[in-house]
Amino acid sequence: MTKRGIVSLGGYIPRQRLSRKAIAEAYSWLRPGGVSNAKGKRAIASYDEDALTMAVEAANNALRDVPLDKVRKLFFASTSMPFSDRQNAAVIAEALSLPRNLFCADIGGSLKSGLSALRQALESGENAVVVAAEKRAAKPASAQEMSFGDGAAAFGVGDSELLAEYLGAYSVSVDMTDHYRERDSKYGYYLEDRWIRDEGYLKLIPESIAGLLKQAGVAGGAIDHVVMVGPDLSARKKISSQCDLSVNALGDDLYDVCGDTGSAHPLVLLAYTIENASPGQLILVSGFAQGCESMLFRVADDVGRCKNYSGITNSLAQAKPSDDYVRYLSFSNALDLDWGIRAERDNRTAHSVFYRKRDAVTSFMGGHCTLCNTKQFPQSRVCVNPDCRALDTQVAEPFKDKKSYVKSFTKDWLAHCYNPPFVYGNVEFEGGGFVMMEIVEAEDQELGVGTPLKMTFRIKDRDAQRAYHRYFWKAAVVAE
Amino acid sequence: MASGIRDKVVIIGMGCTPFGEHWDKGADDLIVDAFEEAVADANIDRDQIDAAWFGLSHDEQSLSKSAISLVQALRLPNISATRVENLCATGSEALRGAIYAVAAGGSDIALALGVEKLKDTGYGGLPERTKGTFDDMWYPNVTAPGSFAQLAIAYAEKHGISMDQLKEAMAHVSWKSHENGVRNPKAHLRKTLSKESIVRAPMISYPLGLFDCCGVSDGSACAIVTTPENAERMGLTGNLVSVKASQIAVSNGSEMSFGAWDGSYTQTTRIAAQRAYAEAGIANPREELDLIEVHDCFSITELVVMEDLGLSDEGRAWRDILAGRYDRDGDIPCNVDGGLKCFGHPIGASGLRMVYELYQQIQGRAGERQLVNPKQGLSHNLGGFPNRNVCSITVVGQY
Repeated sequence: MTKRGIVSLGGYIPRQRLSRKAIAEAYSWLRPGGVSNAKGKRAIASYDEDALTMAVEAANNALRDVPLDKVRKLFFASTSMPFSDRQNAAVIAEALSLPRNLFCADIGGSLKSGLSALRQALESGENAVVVAAEKRAAKPASAQEMSFGDGAAAFGVGDSELLAEYLGAYSVSVDMTDHYRERDSKYGYYLEDRWIRDEGYLKLIPESIAGLLKQAGVAGGAIDHVVMVGPDLSARKKISSQCDLSVNALGDDLYDVCGDTGSAHPLVLLAYTIENASPGQLILVSGFAQGCESMLFRVADDVGRCKNYSGITNSLAQAKPSDDYVRYLSFSNALDLDWGIRAERDNRTAHSVFYRKRDAVTSFMGGHCTLCNTKQFPQSRVCVNPDCRALDTQVAEPFKDKKSYVKSFTKDWLAHCYNPPFVYGNVEFEGGGFVMMEIVEAEDQELGVGTPLKMTFRIKDRDAQRAYHRYFWKAAVVAE
Repeated sequence: MASGIRDKVVIIGMGCTPFGEHWDKGADDLIVDAFEEAVADANIDRDQIDAAWFGLSHDEQSLSKSAISLVQALRLPNISATRVENLCATGSEALRGAIYAVAAGGSDIALALGVEKLKDTGYGGLPERTKGTFDDMWYPNVTAPGSFAQLAIAYAEKHGISMDQLKEAMAHVSWKSHENGVRNPKAHLRKTLSKESIVRAPMISYPLGLFDCCGVSDGSACAIVTTPENAERMGLTGNLVSVKASQIAVSNGSEMSFGAWDGSYTQTTRIAAQRAYAEAGIANPREELDLIEVHDCFSITELVVMEDLGLSDEGRAWRDILAGRYDRDGDIPCNVDGGLKCFGHPIGASGLRMVYELYQQIQGRAGERQLVNPKQGLSHNLGGFPNRNVCSITVVGQY
């Protein structure tokens, strides 16, 4: 039987890491004991990031060196998809320049959705990309505000050149309501944690793990790495004991450096584990939500290839610490700040134009003049080279993965920006091409002519009047 | 080669309102004020004007997109009138339309009027506006200061000077304009500034501080033009001012998307200047221009434009500025009326306001600002951003 499994991986944890102590200190009047218990940092997405943009980032990392025309399916999992009715996966697919004849699916509705998507991809029998991402809203001063983190992970799935072989999955589906969120609610409602632990974690997770181990014919003690998303360390140890798993196999849940990335977290931790695993090791991953989904993998001989991908380990290393809780509240739309008259600009999108130009806008395709070899953005009927100006000679030229540098820049305090100053400048692309672009991840960074940049898919503008936002690529300062 | 406009048209009257925050006046009032001054200056019957070009860039909340606003405000007798808009070159574009109509024989006496009522938009700075349905999807929502600030970054990098050195020269530009603006009763900002306060002003768009930026104001300016032959028939034989050159150069996207432009200068100014000098028969602009009015939307713009106009050697403008070459007592006085810096920039009016100063100076009617016997001057507008713009250059002089 053909072995199937994970063939590539990508991760994306936003660089800003808000200290939980800063959150706790903001509420010391409310919960004086909270400060001493607040440990570690949580990843926070920027104002112009959402689950979709982070998914693009992670999936783009996972698709490095993967022939795009071989990808047949794309699964996007999240409980915080920006669009409830407009397929988010289709936007991701175009941002990644995946082929048109692609099966796309959004999978949501539960924290299980990340593993559900991964399982569907693995069992689909075709080359697939699965990506899970979350930017979950947490009510200010809630426990979730502390525990959540934003991030994404992606896997390429196929049957050759494996990083990890898929050995099977076991599902337990039970309508146990540890939390819920109705369609129109911004925040979830969470039940008592002791009840969730005793009736949920300690019963449903062991049922799933035991079922999987039995199905796979593997003893608990043979598992080298256990990823268990939901319970805290104390409960994870109890479950390990119940299932004869080695306590030493319990890995880092990244609570201290990232936080719980929701439906993406099993994938984030699985990617992180694979990146740091050795050939032949067994990885068990379980995710709790309306029951439990468990999956088993064997690390492949070729796992060293992970270092070619920008995964979770790499992303975690790019952390920028922050104590700016108010900025986080704004980034997560929990504070409605006065942005002044410039924020009143009408950002209506002409959708017929967008549809016509979405190769440029979503896929960042420019033009390549086949006569004079000039790379240019946007693509146009007449070549921009003053010495050429040939008509209709341009073919599509992808810009999103090109090396690029600052040619000129400014930090603009007049322009409206949700993270002022608004930084932008002329960007020079290796091999040709110049584009005036927004520059992000520039906080506290010394910019200069020649500063290296990397393209990142972000929210470009919001149209509050029509409840819409549009995306484009921005230039991120490459992490030091 | 086109024969050009040189000495084919004379300006017989001009008007210019005080520029400023006209909370008590609408655009129609400003139109009337500028026009009445010009008609009185030309000493003609207003019904002799048979065509008009109306420059208006932004203000479509109180005025429409057509030229009706102009004709209606002045109750002109149903003459042909055309509205033009070409960013910050709008006022100059209106003048261009009028002079070519007269030169072509399509009009005996034509009016060019520009107006802008920015302060009713509710913004400090220029109002937000669309760049077009597609460009809004990818081009950053930049501001004018942010776009021009990048000239400074590229200029400093190219010429190997420190930002402190460049800021000092930029401060001199603004300091000089305020020194000039104090003498002008029609200027908006009539207060001197110390160079230190300019350098230390709050940052708007790095490296441009508040006083590197021109003001925002309301205003209107206009010109009445005819042929020299008509002027003579009308008995206007005194100190006539004629148009020597009128050039527009428009970006074709190469600065924005092609690598040949290094971001440290304005390509269209260089092209328009060469054309204008040829048209006006100017062999050596450093010797033949007695004063200039340039588009100092930001101090750095004026600085690089000194090189683009060929008045300073490349990489030397900052030194020339510091040496006082463009001060009112320097070799080539620049913006002796106070410039955009002190007038503010009501977009549709600015180009005509600049020509108004040249016209007054050449006629020896500039009062306290009067230079010694200037014969020929140049005005320059740069509409848009350094990487994508419309440049207009007008040369006027003694007929």
